[in-house]
Amino acid sequence: MYDVATVRKDFPILSRQVHGKPLVYLDNAATSQKPQAVIDAWVDYYTRHNANVHRGVHTLSVEATEAYEAAREKIARFFNVPAPEQLLFTRNTTEAINLVAMAWASANVKAGDEIVVSEVEHHSNLVPWQRVCEVTGATLKLIKVKPDYTLDFSDLDRTLTARTKLVAITQQSNVLGTIVPVKPVMDAARRVGALVLVDGAQSAPHSKVDVQAMDCDFFAFSGHKMLAPMGIGGLYVKRGVLEAMEPFLRGGEMVLEVTYERATWADLPYKFEAGTPNVADAIALSAAVEYLSRLGMDEIRQHEVALTKHALERMREIEEITTFGPTDLSLRGGVISFYMADVHPHDIGTVLDREGIAIRTGHHCAMPLVRSRLNVPATARASFYLYNTEAEVDALIEALKKTQRYFGNAHARRA
Amino acid sequence: MLMPDGLDDLYQEIILDHYRHPRNKGLLADADLQAEGYNPFCGDQVRLTMDLDESGHVHKVGFDGQGCSISQASASILTKLVKGRSVDEVQGLVATVRRIMQGADMTDEQKDELGELEALEGVKKFPIRVKCALLPWTTLQDAVSEYRKTHAQ
Repeated sequence: MYDVATVRKDFPILSRQVHGKPLVYLDNAATSQKPQAVIDAWVDYYTRHNANVHRGVHTLSVEATEAYEAAREKIARFFNVPAPEQLLFTRNTTEAINLVAMAWASANVKAGDEIVVSEVEHHSNLVPWQRVCEVTGATLKLIKVKPDYTLDFSDLDRTLTARTKLVAITQQSNVLGTIVPVKPVMDAARRVGALVLVDGAQSAPHSKVDVQAMDCDFFAFSGHKMLAPMGIGGLYVKRGVLEAMEPFLRGGEMVLEVTYERATWADLPYKFEAGTPNVADAIALSAAVEYLSRLGMDEIRQHEVALTKHALERMREIEEITTFGPTDLSLRGGVISFYMADVHPHDIGTVLDREGIAIRTGHHCAMPLVRSRLNVPATARASFYLYNTEAEVDALIEALKKTQRYFGNAHARRA
Repeated sequence: MLMPDGLDDLYQEIILDHYRHPRNKGLLADADLQAEGYNPFCGDQVRLTMDLDESGHVHKVGFDGQGCSISQASASILTKLVKGRSVDEVQGLVATVRRIMQGADMTDEQKDELGELEALEGVKKFPIRVKCALLPWTTLQDAVSEYRKTHAQ
């Protein structure tokens, strides 16, 4: 039985107050809060083991290296990555995708080729590909979003052609919550010989990810959205693709032999991890996946489905609210973007903040989706995670009602 | 209904009134001065148009835009305050508003002269929203700068 009250005790920040009210943190699609176990892992590293890794024979360096590589192994197992060296550490999803754009696409995409993304992509899985197309002369094509907020796979075989080199697609929309089934994309891509990159920034924290079962070529994720500190993330790359890739960044740590004229590259994964790595945050990320595994990803998912169902039902009590995203909960993560008639999202965010409730407002780094597909200048977004409760959803609804009364009744409010 | 926690400082009656009933809404065709401002972080958008009379004073003004109550109310208040001012005076007004929104207290003289601008002073307690209030004014500055470039003496 999933016991959210017990889970909450593991997150020290959840006991703080904001403007005199208990914090209700519903901005989890932006970043998650951290359990004590993750904070402790980070503190322990800097308190007892800190040293640079993969060099030096002294004890601390050996301990730091062992802990860093043990973290890689644990995180690799979490995503069912076949071998630890196929998991590259990056700062976040954005850096992971840029790594693929620079190290792989620059060598494999040419003028006349095509890259396919969807209309629901976060800027981080759109802008790097715009740049690749600009530099190489390739064309960027879009998989459309349907009125029911799922992706239109009906003409995938027309969108993907023999010229398609890469399909880069999110596994879950950060705006709509839409869960994207990767299999149809994989199948269509295999038919034309294209590679597939999956943006797992929003899926990895909330559901079981198995990169081998998915069979994708690249999988990118951020640690900070899945209980780990900011500044650590990763990229899984399929073996054959990884072995053929040239380095991303060049410098220390990633070389085998260097003369004044040239250099040769270190073995995997170090070839792709130039410079001193983010050891402490990698170790903290391994503590995070350990924590998630202990709770169980399926249990976490079920908890979030229940919260989302409750929130969508209660939002219907406010007739001025329009919600975006699939109504079928099996196709939807714990993200609800909404719009309130006559009240700008920014104003909603400010009123809710005074109630201790943190939500996100704006275009959520998906400007073309929000402005030209949802046709609103911005939305408000509540996003749930494993520590949120039904009572918090209720607090959100009451605060939204208050917001509506306030702006809907501005003239009478002091009467 | 009275809001707790200082929200009434931010959303003063005057601001909500301008938000719900914007003054001088609608753009002028072939305006003498015009500019568009956009805040990519929150999606606030303001377009300003102004016509000058023969003596070089603003005699018609129109705005358009979408965004939060603060940005749109600020734009509406702006349109009232620029009327009848010369381009130089408009420029001075922008500087004054910037100083006030960035922390300077309004003098009694300014309160008399700028009236409803006082309602925007409450925004200062919400630093994250100051950029919303300032968006129409930075847009006005752009309009003035553009006008000066094309009408250099």
